[in-house]
Amino acid sequence: MNSILKLLSQRLALGLLSLFAVSVIIFLAVGLLPGDIAQAMLGQSATPETLAAFRAQLGLDQPPFWRFVHWIGHLLRGDLGTSLANQRPIAELVGGRLGNTLCLAGLAALVSVPLALLLGMLAALYRNSWFDRLLNSAALSAVSFPEFFVAYLLILLFSVKLGWLPSLSNLPPDASFGMLLERSVLPVATLSLVVVAQMMRMTRAALINLLASPYIEMARLKGISQGRIIFRHALPNALAPIVNVVALNLAYLVVGVVVVEVVFVYPGLGQLLVDSVAKRDIPVVQACSLIFAATYIVLNTLADVLSIASNPRLMHPKG
Amino acid sequence: MSDNNNKIPQLSHGLSLERRDFLKLGAVAGLAGAAVSMGFPLSAWAADATPKPGGTLRLGLAGGSTSDSYDPGSWSDTFTFVGFSAIYNTLVEIAVDGSAIPELAESWESSPDARIWTFKLRQGVQFHNGKPLAVEDVVASIQHHLGEKSTSAAKTVLGEVVAVRAAGNDSVAFELHSGNADFPYVVADYHLVIMPAKDGLADWRAGVGTSGYRLKSFEPGVRMALERNPGYWKTGRAHFDAAELLAISDGAARVNALITGQVDVINKVDLKTVGLLKRNPNMVIEETKGAQQYTFPMLCDSDAFKNNDIRMAMKHGIDREVLLASVLKGYGAVGNDHPIQPGSRFLNTQLPQRKYDPEQAKFYLRKAGVDSLKVRLQASDAAYSGAVDASVLFKEQARAAGIDIDVVREPADGFFSNVWNKQPFTTSFWYSSLTADRMFSIGYAKGAAWNESHWDNPRFNVLLNQARGELNDPLRREMYNEMQAICRDDCGAIIPLFASSVAARSTRVAHGGLTAPYGELDGLRLIERWWQA
Repeated sequence: MNSILKLLSQRLALGLLSLFAVSVIIFLAVGLLPGDIAQAMLGQSATPETLAAFRAQLGLDQPPFWRFVHWIGHLLRGDLGTSLANQRPIAELVGGRLGNTLCLAGLAALVSVPLALLLGMLAALYRNSWFDRLLNSAALSAVSFPEFFVAYLLILLFSVKLGWLPSLSNLPPDASFGMLLERSVLPVATLSLVVVAQMMRMTRAALINLLASPYIEMARLKGISQGRIIFRHALPNALAPIVNVVALNLAYLVVGVVVVEVVFVYPGLGQLLVDSVAKRDIPVVQACSLIFAATYIVLNTLADVLSIASNPRLMHPKG
Repeated sequence: MSDNNNKIPQLSHGLSLERRDFLKLGAVAGLAGAAVSMGFPLSAWAADATPKPGGTLRLGLAGGSTSDSYDPGSWSDTFTFVGFSAIYNTLVEIAVDGSAIPELAESWESSPDARIWTFKLRQGVQFHNGKPLAVEDVVASIQHHLGEKSTSAAKTVLGEVVAVRAAGNDSVAFELHSGNADFPYVVADYHLVIMPAKDGLADWRAGVGTSGYRLKSFEPGVRMALERNPGYWKTGRAHFDAAELLAISDGAARVNALITGQVDVINKVDLKTVGLLKRNPNMVIEETKGAQQYTFPMLCDSDAFKNNDIRMAMKHGIDREVLLASVLKGYGAVGNDHPIQPGSRFLNTQLPQRKYDPEQAKFYLRKAGVDSLKVRLQASDAAYSGAVDASVLFKEQARAAGIDIDVVREPADGFFSNVWNKQPFTTSFWYSSLTADRMFSIGYAKGAAWNESHWDNPRFNVLLNQARGELNDPLRREMYNEMQAICRDDCGAIIPLFASSVAARSTRVAHGGLTAPYGELDGLRLIERWWQA
């Protein structure tokens, strides 16, 4: 158990370091983009006087290093700052969007992870059958189409032609849970189609490897039922690679869904990030990037811990 | 001007138009009798012209962003324009026929030199929070955009204002640097909304106005919800009980939302699919002609284009009709290298339309002492959707005149801060202005910040100043006619196209038949002007 705690603390320290590195890189990268928020906000209607006034008002006339130190200082006190573009507190701006993103990602994970594992196991059990081949080619085709294409196909079929589901996933503030579910069906289906393939194939590959090993042969000879072989003997040993792939896909569901957000008009964090980059709203870009980076770090750490916990040789190292 | 002027003038127009259409339809197809005998709701057509109260208007709009703010000085795209136009009033309103009519100002008058303008405020108007409208509110609201520290997008619009002050307790006076006969149009700008004053400053954070709808909720870049203000001072307006604006930036998502009935009106219809939408009997395409103009500015102070013969060669090397048919799919009109849009009251109708003429272009090249010309065009779809395509078409057309255009595609991000107005030859666009003066002043006058071709024509600049202060209309028209001719034959901007703004509405909502001839969505005022069918 100690080794896990040690690993966790190491990972956390490394994670914080990565977060700091990410924020430095983002700050520098946004600085390299042509133009600044004053120009982006005023657009074609910018004049030298309004630009100067704008910059002075937002403190953009300060040197970049100073602005960065200022920002980090506030961050350490838990203050994300305010948006340069509309002076709204970033915590409030990001909070609602993060909730939406997590909600969509959560629903998509609830559907896609069990589905992928189940299909993966079935494919491994009936490997090389027509069922396995069909499943594989279907999953590979789904993942090969770009997300927006899958999304438009689903909209065309279920919203425009059949009229069963709304094409917008935009929720009013007083939405009921039923409404949330109804409006999430299409984006969740789109995301699931995209992420299921990788998880399913990894599950299949890991299980097939194990099912060929002598101890499974032994179990079969003892007359243990198929289900017990899979769940009791094979799956725990296949967990490490599967958990890693699942973590990677969950992270993707949080940070990589901006296209789906745009097509279904779902107000998530990705759209906020894109808007903020276009307007050069650096504090908001920083906040979003930190959240995305933290998502990756947390999920990867979790995956590592789980795969160690599932492996007795790593749990109880010799000496 | 009297109060009566404010009673929707389009209603009568609308009625006659609808009735004429209906009669024509009936006469041709013999439908009228059939409809009656079959028990069809004949009144459905006529009902369109009679506003029906109630219902919720749902808009799916491009042009919303997470960075949108309540501050009127920051409004920069359709979502905020349309939403806040339903919450706030301005001093002057632009009617559907393009004329300036009283809104919060009941009447106005100017000094003989058009330098001092006095607006008399309407009495008995209340803000949504019950505060009565007073002179201080107007002064503070205008001053919000003035001053050195102002970052307002309307700062240039008000550039000529020296001072704004109370004149008695029911009027506001504007003092200008020099006379401007069009000043009522200036204060009708959608940025110049009247907000309540708090400690002498305009309180924009409250979102409290005097117009037909109260702000219920606003989530920038996502949605805005409005509910009807039962005490609205205007009669015959604000028919919907509520309105909901959704920011939908993806063009296909907007069309889907309209077709599936999740919204009633969308703006910026993708011209590639407008034909399909038009075939749908439940959809109506709303075209606002001349709303924008697409330009290719050539910098007159650059080595490449300082010779006007070169500029004239370029202007003859572009086939406007082909661009209109391909880039705009016919939703627009050809331009004549001056910025006065078709339908404007000061359009010079005598000026011959410039045509594609490679021979003439060659003639001008020879006059400039060259056989062929090689120029670089830095194009970006930041100017308008299709700008790069238009540039490539231009390249092919100009080839016949011995002009070799090297089209360089620039990233849309940062185009207007880094390329436009800096490089010799670029793509650009303008929203057409209701007044000739504003269009000429911001984009073509010497020293104007957005004089995108760095053009300086002494005669033009003299005329511009004279015409601005001229209260005599025929004299003014004469000057504007000459200015359009000068612009056409000397200016650095090639203006090949006027683009319509194309919106679409479901037949669930209706309007009086005529919509405002500028901007989009009935001059941004559809929320208070339209009604449920």
